[in-house]
Amino acid sequence: MTYVRDVGALARKDLLLELRARDTLPAMLLFVAAIFVVFHFALPGTPSKLETTGFLWVAILFTALLGLGRAFVPEREQRTMDGLVLAPCDRSAIWLAKSLATLAFLAAAEVVALPLYALFFHGLGGAAVAAVILADLGICAVGTFLGAMAVVTRARDLLLPLLFLPLAMPIVVGAVGATVVDSPGRYLGFLALYDLLFAVVCWASFEYVVAE
Amino acid sequence: MLTARRLGKRYGEKRVLRGIDLALPRGGFVVVTGPNGAGKTTLLRICAGLAQPTEGTIERQAARAQVGYLGHEPLVYRELTALENLELYGRLYRVPERRERIGMLLERFGLWEARHDRVASYSRGMTQRLALCRVLLHEPELLVLDEPYSALDEAGAELLDAQLAELRGERTCLLATHDPAHVRPLASGALALST
Ligand SMILES: Nc1ncnc2c1ncn2[C@@H]1O[C@H](COP(=O)(O)OP(=O)(O)OP(=O)(O)O)[C@@H](O)[C@H]1O
Ligand SMILES: [Mg+2]
Repeated sequence: MTYVRDVGALARKDLLLELRARDTLPAMLLFVAAIFVVFHFALPGTPSKLETTGFLWVAILFTALLGLGRAFVPEREQRTMDGLVLAPCDRSAIWLAKSLATLAFLAAAEVVALPLYALFFHGLGGAAVAAVILADLGICAVGTFLGAMAVVTRARDLLLPLLFLPLAMPIVVGAVGATVVDSPGRYLGFLALYDLLFAVVCWASFEYVVAE
Repeated sequence: MLTARRLGKRYGEKRVLRGIDLALPRGGFVVVTGPNGAGKTTLLRICAGLAQPTEGTIERQAARAQVGYLGHEPLVYRELTALENLELYGRLYRVPERRERIGMLLERFGLWEARHDRVASYSRGMTQRLALCRVLLHEPELLVLDEPYSALDEAGAELLDAQLAELRGERTCLLATHDPAHVRPLASGALALST
């Protein structure tokens, strides 16, 4: 119960910071909208559904990466990670709260991005929306974990994509699969399994990421 | 409360601390001095649990929740107000009667009027006062204070003097400073580091 309250307090702090500084969400929105506009004009003729599905996932993945790269910026710039690490709460709460905040930003960006995609290209079915939700969970869980690892290094802007993109490939494969096939059950199941597995791993090992 | 034996710390090839012995009994007040770069901050970070020694051992009879650490950085969010920052830490430290305690500290350190202002708009001294509020918020058993007087004006220093005198004997304190004469009346021990 105190764990839930810790996560709540930490996530609330991240939302409040975003509300004040507006560093992340506007950038994500602008980025994803710009990608769709560029794709729209860059693709000759009417691209098939199969092709645009690929672009949708490229857009989602890189928009997420933009948000993940900024997730720990307040902690880095103001060196407040020490304050959080010293607090008596379970350290995994720091990861969970940051993941939830990033998830909120990503979801907010997608609320705009998905209708935009439907407008420019093709409509999205229920399976595609389910795939987006499941993919978001995995992206934020893994990405936040790697973001915390990368933020203490000098080459953080290079390291995060380098670590994140390979680990996100199963998400892309599962999500594209779920979006294009007729019976997406297996792909959705795969995404859910990925989420569960990586969430548990990140949750259990975050302690070691923030230890000196 | 805190016992360090043959403590050493190196960053790569660089030896920062070597063979430090420290015994800080419950209720003790040890003042750490030394020139810039002597390793005061490094030692205090190890004592607070923020860093690990590379040699020797350190024993601390205080849980994480019982430690109050003041570093060179205020460890507060600049885009949040003083109140929001203390609310956050108050929740994380499970401070009972949080609102009252926060109000009392802000009042005492002269920040009550500015409680709804973002820390980004604070002066350095005000930020240091807020950092002190943060450290004292959960009434820690062990205070680890790294140059707590820095940036404080005369009134601020007096407030801190009074606060430390009040806690003297009750709480344990490890304090690094460049002005040991100022805290000498409170000190029970001293540790001089050299480069
Ligand atoms: N993360 C680090 N990596 C490499 N060297 C470090 C690191 N942190 C500290 N040092 C080195 O350790 C030495 C001691 O630093 P420390 O900050 O502990 O000194 P200090 O006594 O607190 O100095 P000051 O009075 O200026 O605050 C310095 O030479 C510094 O360069
Ligand atoms: Mg120092």
